Amino acid sequence: MSKEQLTGAELVIRGLEYLNVSTVFGVPGGAILPAYDPLYDSPIRHILARHEQGAGHMAEGYAQSTGELGVVIATSGPGATNLITPLANALMDSTPLLAITGQVASEAIGNDAFQEAYTVGLSMAATKHNYLITNASEIPQVLKEAKYIATSGRPGPVLIDIPKDILNQKSDWVEPGPLDLPGYKPTLEPNPKMIQQAANLIKNSNKPILYVGGGIIHSKANQELFDLATKFNIPVVTTLMGRGAFPDGHELCLEMPGMHGNYTATTSIQKSDLLIAIGVRFDDRVTANPSFFAQNAKVIHADIDPAEIGKVREAQVPIVGDAKSVILGLIDALGDTKLNTENWINELNSMKTEFPLSYNQNENGPLKVPFVLEELQNLTEEEAIVVSGVGQHQMWISQHWNFTEPNTWLNSGGLGTMGYSLPAAIGAKTAYPEKLVLALDGDGCFQMTCQELITASTENIPVKIVVFNNGNHGMVRQWQKIFYNSKFSASELGHVVPDYVKLAESMGAVGLRMTKKSEVKNVFLEMLKINDKPVLIDCVVDPEDMVFPMVPAGGSNDQIILNEEDLKNL
Amino acid sequence: MSERILSVLVEDKPGVLARVASTISRRGFNINSLSVGPTHIEGRSKMTIVTELDAVEQVKKQLNKLVNVIKIVELDPDMTIETEVLLLKVSINKDSQTSVIEKASLSGANSVDVGQDYAVFELTGSSKELNKFEDLMKPFGIIEMVRGGRIAIQTNL
Repeated sequence: MSKEQLTGAELVIRGLEYLNVSTVFGVPGGAILPAYDPLYDSPIRHILARHEQGAGHMAEGYAQSTGELGVVIATSGPGATNLITPLANALMDSTPLLAITGQVASEAIGNDAFQEAYTVGLSMAATKHNYLITNASEIPQVLKEAKYIATSGRPGPVLIDIPKDILNQKSDWVEPGPLDLPGYKPTLEPNPKMIQQAANLIKNSNKPILYVGGGIIHSKANQELFDLATKFNIPVVTTLMGRGAFPDGHELCLEMPGMHGNYTATTSIQKSDLLIAIGVRFDDRVTANPSFFAQNAKVIHADIDPAEIGKVREAQVPIVGDAKSVILGLIDALGDTKLNTENWINELNSMKTEFPLSYNQNENGPLKVPFVLEELQNLTEEEAIVVSGVGQHQMWISQHWNFTEPNTWLNSGGLGTMGYSLPAAIGAKTAYPEKLVLALDGDGCFQMTCQELITASTENIPVKIVVFNNGNHGMVRQWQKIFYNSKFSASELGHVVPDYVKLAESMGAVGLRMTKKSEVKNVFLEMLKINDKPVLIDCVVDPEDMVFPMVPAGGSNDQIILNEEDLKNL
Repeated sequence: MSERILSVLVEDKPGVLARVASTISRRGFNINSLSVGPTHIEGRSKMTIVTELDAVEQVKKQLNKLVNVIKIVELDPDMTIETEVLLLKVSINKDSQTSVIEKASLSGANSVDVGQDYAVFELTGSSKELNKFEDLMKPFGIIEMVRGGRIAIQTNL
């Protein structure tokens, strides 16, 4: 059989089809143009973003909601540099992403050619791995490798940079062979000795806490986690990236700990005698000052990434492995063990009663985000995919929204990328056209990537957006209020412009507005009725509102600021 | 902080050196010495990195995460043979010529090129020996000096 000669560009598109990629997000340009030619004829759906950062976040939203590879395509130079933020974001939140960038022709590389940037160098610290293709024949194998690296072990972004002449070079389509990655062999199965040691610690513990995060979601181990927690009666805290890994509302669920975590979740860790940490990285937003973190607790730390174990906190039992295998191992090793955690759970339950999350929505006063969120959730029957920006609203959503399923909460946890919400929501809605996808965003965040509303309209991706408009960079303002003597330097955005309703309309979406309590329900009902267009609600909220509880950065989790009154004691 | 020697087995691919170096420099630490060369295995190179890191365990783990890094061994100074090569060009004249060559020869250096007004010596040995040789030649006027980076191997299996 004679081999078929294809161009490098055709190999890329054929390779993506071979890897079962159905959707890509991107922006074309000079160096990547050859790839857009065969893409036009491919069954792969291409979503034309308005900015490469948006395209990258769309691919992240697609990946975070499905747990599968997200793909983004951009051109050389500015196309590639605009991708750096989503790549860094995906690296921090372990999102499987494949970025394909065009590069200037091989002979022009290093000559400061038009739209040339050293993409491999620039993205080196923002990717799990990256490639520069030097011959078209490498393309199928590199694509297979890239997908494997992006989706296996601790997932992350991989970039493939392809010079324009290589995209035009003819080569054979050769089906990719077995992978040869001698330096990359993720450990999935935990060491049974470590599992046994962990089980022994659990058996002897009186106040255990399952401290779980994004690793559970990546591993699709939520059912196993549920079994472990409920069989042995172990309370669970879910980190910002782990929200939805264990259902909110369950008696054992304490929800989010940390800087803006609820009192019970944060305090449970402080009072615990054993942290069973799975798929978490002891982030500073969880631990505050690590020297004061969980001082009475022994630590079992399981993670697929060995570099996370012992990085922040020494673990008495380190376990390298995939969360699902670790949990199944623990369930097995614990056997018929009965843990006596009843007193512990009672203690936590009374804490929950004594220190609930609260907000104060006056009948005629300005809208409070938590109230608006609760109203919205009450009106949504189905499990929505909620996509947030970064800041106050993000914390309020994590606190007040009830997450019961994994992959229904998408946010930028590690990098804290403002502008993530709308494009990521577009990505998620592309993956799940039938699901309700809510971009719940702040006004500061929204203004960073709002042009993607045009993408949503023109590509017929009817996401629903709520812009919590407090006219400020709310979290910045909150810190200025607390730590900078209310000197509001450069945090005010103003309420006057833009007019979000008109902005939405000009971008082909429906624009609505709510400013007071009596309007909330009806405006949401109107939004929920519209399914053929994107809808944006300008939700005007109280700029003075602050997120509590709060533990200041570098402080101790034993000293939780519960409300504005507590600030006086700072 | 004491010196740590990392022996890093890597795939011989473009960009590996940059990845390894940037993983270390991310923390603002200097690399005291670095050498890279092929090994007896096709497609594999060995890097010997000498650095003063206070977080060497973490850096080792992070280096291990690099896809092209195959294995990292931190060498135990008590069980390590270490050597380094040096090329040194020194100025000579009629008066100093004999003394320079004699001193070099006593230090174990080979003279690889001697001209009218300069001589080039090659010396292989421990870093200390090379430092000593440099000090010895300084008074005569060193024109140029190149050191090859330290390489090391463990004495046990």
